Amino acid sequence: MKQALVVRNLSRVFDVSAPLLNRIIERKPRTLLRAVDDISFSVPLGGCLSLVGESGCGKSTVARLVTGLYRPSAGQIDFSLGDSGHRIQAHMIFQDPYASLNPRWRVRDIIAEPIRELGLRAGEAATRARVDELLGIVGLSPRDAEKFPHEFSGGQRQRISIARALAGEPKFLVCDEPTSALDVSVQAQILNLMRSLQDEFGLTYLFISHDLSVVRHMSDRIAVMYLGRIVEEADTEALFDHPLHPYTQLLLETIPDIEAPRPEVAPATGEVPSPLNPPPGCTFHPRCPQADDRCRAEVPQVLEAGEGRRVACHRVAEMLERNGIPALSA
Amino acid sequence: MPDTAPAEAVATASPTAEPVLSVRNLSVSFPGRRGVLKALDDISFDLAPGEILGMVGESGAGKSMTGLAVQRLLEPPGHISGGEVHLLGARIDQLPESQMERLRGKQIGAIFQDPLTSLNPLFTVGHQIAETIRVHLGASRREAMDQARDLLRRVGIPSPDERVNHYPHQFSGGMRQRVVIALALAAQPRLIIADEPTTALDVSIQAQIMSLLRRLCDETGVAMLLVTHDMGVIAQTADRIAVMYAGRLIELAPVQEVLRQPRHPYTRGLIGAIPALRKRVPRLTQIDGSMPRLDAIPPGCAFNPRCPDAGPRCRVDRPELTATPTGIVACWMNAGGVT
Repeated sequence: MKQALVVRNLSRVFDVSAPLLNRIIERKPRTLLRAVDDISFSVPLGGCLSLVGESGCGKSTVARLVTGLYRPSAGQIDFSLGDSGHRIQAHMIFQDPYASLNPRWRVRDIIAEPIRELGLRAGEAATRARVDELLGIVGLSPRDAEKFPHEFSGGQRQRISIARALAGEPKFLVCDEPTSALDVSVQAQILNLMRSLQDEFGLTYLFISHDLSVVRHMSDRIAVMYLGRIVEEADTEALFDHPLHPYTQLLLETIPDIEAPRPEVAPATGEVPSPLNPPPGCTFHPRCPQADDRCRAEVPQVLEAGEGRRVACHRVAEMLERNGIPALSA
Repeated sequence: MPDTAPAEAVATASPTAEPVLSVRNLSVSFPGRRGVLKALDDISFDLAPGEILGMVGESGAGKSMTGLAVQRLLEPPGHISGGEVHLLGARIDQLPESQMERLRGKQIGAIFQDPLTSLNPLFTVGHQIAETIRVHLGASRREAMDQARDLLRRVGIPSPDERVNHYPHQFSGGMRQRVVIALALAAQPRLIIADEPTTALDVSIQAQIMSLLRRLCDETGVAMLLVTHDMGVIAQTADRIAVMYAGRLIELAPVQEVLRQPRHPYTRGLIGAIPALRKRVPRLTQIDGSMPRLDAIPPGCAFNPRCPDAGPRCRVDRPELTATPTGIVACWMNAGGVT
């Protein structure tokens, strides 16, 4: 399968040190935050890979690295060549439709900006026609082009964001929590729209979310992140049927399930440690029910666990070995 | 065909126990330049001891407004324009502000979405909890501090003897919400109003907090009005669900009944819109359009422009709340078909 995006050994370190003078006076060392720590993944053309995890796991940083809003500290991000011979361009849909649209611009100008900037249509008449067409695609009316963002509801604004992202005629969309600011009935409208756009225009999605039920609905493949690392990556059905990593299991157990509420289940204890001072070894070990001395000392490598699964866990590796499945270092 | 039931037929979880909270025909209005907006329109429900009533709806449906109105914390010009609120049998919606202040914190505890806004950053958490205990229960400084330590232990904060002297910023989000819960419980209230208590938290922490709240309600018999947009949280924690739409209560029934057989088309849409965890469907059920603004509520049933089943009567007459075998629903389709 042709890959639209290949990411290798990507890292991003933020310098969050105290100001220089404080460091000299208080003799404090530099403080570095490893927001993304040596992750690799690829997104097949026309597919959807989701990154899930709790706040602070680095998923939004990955989105910003992929779209070029941050420069990587290490590693490569390679988009493949599109049909036209140019590299595939990534566009982004942001979480907050209230913050991502300029309140002083009319919707027409918001959507037309990428068209004008990239010179995709010759002349103002063609640009206007394209904006009207885009508004139709996302389920708004051409009349809405003359309005300002404040005249729209949250769901309609997110439609405008999508129209703007589509205006650049991208093949690749990075969606950073596109529905988490929306009500559930509006979320369903936006998710349905994104799915039908994917089929219609052959889009590839990198989808970022903390909501596993949304992720399950949208993606072909899921990568679970914890404190800057990918702990498990698998096809959607496989991940939900047999989560291997204890953190994935914890996540799946804790999502409220309206079809089968389990009020009697004792929820897992513990919290995500500070990324400024991550625990040694496997960063999940303080919360892991299966952790042993090796987990406290040694960082687990990402292993191929068969059927296209990748998992970073000592205990899973041992289990696979016991079952005679050779776990290969990826 | 069930008889049209007025508000008296509002189902209680256990008809034997006297309700902790009883809301009857409550309306909240906001007078404005272009007329009066009705943010809450004729809401009635009861809350039994130890019961958790989950209140769901989209933003602007009036679910938070209900919690604020019960606590009499409405921002002016908003005010209660009709109906009654009874706490433990005593009417509280007309009490003077000074008496209401004594009820808040003492009889009614509050948990808000953002734990930082409920805590004073300049005082230790122990000081804040102990102050509440001293003011409302009249304990001595020492006793109050001991009780504060005990409360922190009960809400699952590790090493409470040290943590009692820490400031709010020294706690993580989940731990801070536990402190807020301890604070809400400090004066042994009979009613807790929790407004989106886990929305700011991660999913694994959310599960911990919700199971803590469930346990506290079971143990202490405190009743809880749980306001949230998250049907999953309610399914996991609540005893009954109240569904709000455009300032109106449209369905109220036990959780399992609503999930198994939602009667109002809006409730059906709301449940269908949640992506399923067990199976993947090509398209989610979507409710087209959005909730009307309060100044543009259509005549008849407020949901009729978005309703797939709406008939001619739905566009003219507002449906009354009608008794079903397990709860109440405001829909003509459930009152014996559209005429």
